[in-house]
Amino acid sequence: MILTTPFHERTSALNETGLWNHWAGHLSANRFQISDKFEYFAVRNAAGIFDTSPLFKYRISGADAERFLSGILARDVRACPPNAAQYTTWLDERGFVLEDGVIQRRGPDEYLLTSAEPNYSYLADRVGRLGVAIEDVSLGIGALAIQGPRSRDLLSRLVPSVEQLPFFGITTGSIGSRPVTVSRTGYTGDLGYEIWVDTPDAIAVWDALWDSVDGYGVLPYGLAALRMLRIEAGLLLLPVDFGNSRFAFNDAHRSTPIELGWSWMFKGLADDDGRPFIGRSALLKEMATKSSRWRMAGLVVDWEDYDRVYQEAGLIPPKEHTPIHEDWMVYDDDRQRVGYATSFMYSPILQRHVALARVRPELAKPGTRVFLEFTVDHRYQQVAAHVARLPLYNPERKMA
Amino acid sequence: MDRYDAIVIGGGHNGLVNGAYLAKGGLKTLILERRHLVGGAAITEELQPGFWFTTFSYALSLLRPQIIHELELPKHGFMPLLMSSKFAPTPGGEYLWFTQDHDENLREIARISPHDADAYEQYGHDMDRVCQALKPLLDMVPPDPFSDDPEELLALAGIGSRFRKLDKRTFHNAIRLLTGSTADFLDDYFESDLLKGWIASSGIIGSKVGPRSAGSGLVLLFHSLGEHDGSFGTWAFHKGGNGGFTQVLARAAEAFGAEIRLDAPVARVLTRDGQATGVALEDGTEIAADVVVSALDPRRTFLELVEPRELPDDLVTDIGRLKFQGTSSKVNFALSGLPVYPPLADRNGEMFRGFLNIGPSMDYLERAFDDAKYGWYSQEPYIDAAIQSTIDPDMAPPGKHVMSCFIQYTPYRLRESDWDAERERLGDTVQATLERYFPGFGDLVLHREVVTPLDIERTIGLSEGNIFAGELAAPQMFFLRPAPGWSQYRTPIAGYYQCGSGTHPGGCVMGAPGRNAAGQILRDRSR
Repeated sequence: MILTTPFHERTSALNETGLWNHWAGHLSANRFQISDKFEYFAVRNAAGIFDTSPLFKYRISGADAERFLSGILARDVRACPPNAAQYTTWLDERGFVLEDGVIQRRGPDEYLLTSAEPNYSYLADRVGRLGVAIEDVSLGIGALAIQGPRSRDLLSRLVPSVEQLPFFGITTGSIGSRPVTVSRTGYTGDLGYEIWVDTPDAIAVWDALWDSVDGYGVLPYGLAALRMLRIEAGLLLLPVDFGNSRFAFNDAHRSTPIELGWSWMFKGLADDDGRPFIGRSALLKEMATKSSRWRMAGLVVDWEDYDRVYQEAGLIPPKEHTPIHEDWMVYDDDRQRVGYATSFMYSPILQRHVALARVRPELAKPGTRVFLEFTVDHRYQQVAAHVARLPLYNPERKMA
Repeated sequence: MDRYDAIVIGGGHNGLVNGAYLAKGGLKTLILERRHLVGGAAITEELQPGFWFTTFSYALSLLRPQIIHELELPKHGFMPLLMSSKFAPTPGGEYLWFTQDHDENLREIARISPHDADAYEQYGHDMDRVCQALKPLLDMVPPDPFSDDPEELLALAGIGSRFRKLDKRTFHNAIRLLTGSTADFLDDYFESDLLKGWIASSGIIGSKVGPRSAGSGLVLLFHSLGEHDGSFGTWAFHKGGNGGFTQVLARAAEAFGAEIRLDAPVARVLTRDGQATGVALEDGTEIAADVVVSALDPRRTFLELVEPRELPDDLVTDIGRLKFQGTSSKVNFALSGLPVYPPLADRNGEMFRGFLNIGPSMDYLERAFDDAKYGWYSQEPYIDAAIQSTIDPDMAPPGKHVMSCFIQYTPYRLRESDWDAERERLGDTVQATLERYFPGFGDLVLHREVVTPLDIERTIGLSEGNIFAGELAAPQMFFLRPAPGWSQYRTPIAGYYQCGSGTHPGGCVMGAPGRNAAGQILRDRSR
């Protein structure tokens, strides 16, 4: 049966649409009121609150927790001190991505890993003789993201240590007299935080948070706004922009972390202490031989060319902010197929059509001209675009 | 003496756009602004601590999208926030409330008139087609119908052939709008007076016409030529108001290398032998330039910045005939809370997240105009309001609000009185009108600012307080704007140009005059 989140009693009262999405087995609001774009702007201009409780969450603890995770996760978790978090990924032995997620180091020997899909057996089956306990705490912890330029000021009134919390830092405090953990993380590419709370305390925390932001232009936002925000932020979505290698039927549906643009996670890997982790040798080989098939990049559509193809057809050029999660073909100057986009939208803040796309590595340099294929008047039309660095929208406040 | 390639007089939005394009085109450009801030009529001011008022202009729609891209405005903070609602109440409790759900809006119309729901679809489609046909005219230098130059004749023929390609209905609709009244046009689609009154309000904004006057169709069409994120005829609220927008423009202009000087009022344009040579500031400073561009209105451009004796006589006569006759005012409020509309008292004010239209019927608008015809201000005025802090919370302290009210009709010339005497009485009239819709409104008012046509003229220099720098009336549009023979941004003085809203295509925060003029200047220089 479909589950509801620990905040459902409150979010359902706010959801005026009567509609719910299913996300990770939970009811999750697509939007709370008629306009997802209005919710999107609340996040970019004030702050929004998103119920991110449906994520899978695993508590990994014990004397060998760091050793265990440093062998499972491809990014070096040893570089993550207590009270910090890392965006990370885990691979198969061929160097293909299984999943991505955020690992919080809540103490020297205690971690919380979040992921989009279930991973319990994958983790538990690889413990061996190490002193590690793995617990699925998915339903025991509720999570709220508060994101946007006002988030720091608003949240630090409740949890003062938030004021100085660095990007990907973790702190604790209390909201509504209930203990919470706050991480400076999110899925919007903006200044923002996530609040982690034990399920029994969820409603009390919601009420205290909601009351405290009254009058500050804060809106709850749903999945529709989230999908817009994350494309601008260049944050990938499973299974839209990549698939889990474990369940892929062929390599066309697999990606390496280098192909997904995560090479920054592995700077210095070739010269490290030889930390063993799943996928290491394949990853090193890919980096040494430059055998990556793709590189994830942003695409920004040329506005003049876009307007031209529609105007020539007698149409008003559509500027639809709702993301489309489909394959869009990418061509080079010689009109050879050189990649594909997986997420496409009109970005209200960039005032351009943008996409997340894979292109051949040699075309990944920002500014490279490519062509994106549209259907106009039921015919394929190729429209000029240029490759852009991710994130496409990256306000200073995000990390300041 | 300082020397520039180009000097732009006036840091309103068109001056900034023009200066940015000139700088982008490689000219060493100086923009001179008389006041302590750029923006002209598009400014936002903190009149009370924490309350930010859009003193004059208050929303964005007509802004040409090319300007956003070509001047790279998103890099400098361009942020057109969505207005997610539109609300047209009546004092009797009936209302129309539009949201972002098109189907919901059709149901809303059907609630008061089943006939008008699909009629509204048809109206929207027909208007889109007319706008699609006419929009390219906004971005062109109007051809000169008085010239024998083959290039001009070709351009004229090009416009003719564009119209010839239109289907009959679109062609006819365009002519009906360009020449007729809003009332006649809307009567062909709708039966609901509330809906008609709502739409017709766009046909009177800023103009001394009633909805039943010929000429109101043109004003309706003009306001429908805007777009927001690809949706024709819709409006956005810029982050920080239109002052926030002009700050973005200023940053863009500076990024292209333009210099902006504030508190630098220009006394006159310097000329020698029929050629502009620079400007003299009011403090006596002279600055030399090959190109001088006036972003001021045509009266100031031709009759004040230069001496009429330097100009052909017919131009001086034509500028003298140009109709300004401003009829709009602003009343801006700082509020301690959201107004309450009794039938929707249980709502959380969502209907205020956009324009709030006080103009509940055609008769209401026409009667409001009647007062103006005979030299007085409307005793029950038309009000285009927006509680902008519901869209951008940075405009007011938490829980409090700013409300911008555009008021019509308030003629520049009053019969047997003047605006210094009537200013606060106008504020009272507006407040009393709002009280009829929102009982208890007056108790919410923390501060009130009344901006009459006289104040508009005094503060930002728009003659007779006309918000379009010259009325949007057929005799002074396109190749007749601002005067026959002088619609191509040049003037009879070589090197002296015009780029304000008094030139084609006209007013609103559109930027097209500034952009088109820059194109003309840069082309002239490369000749």
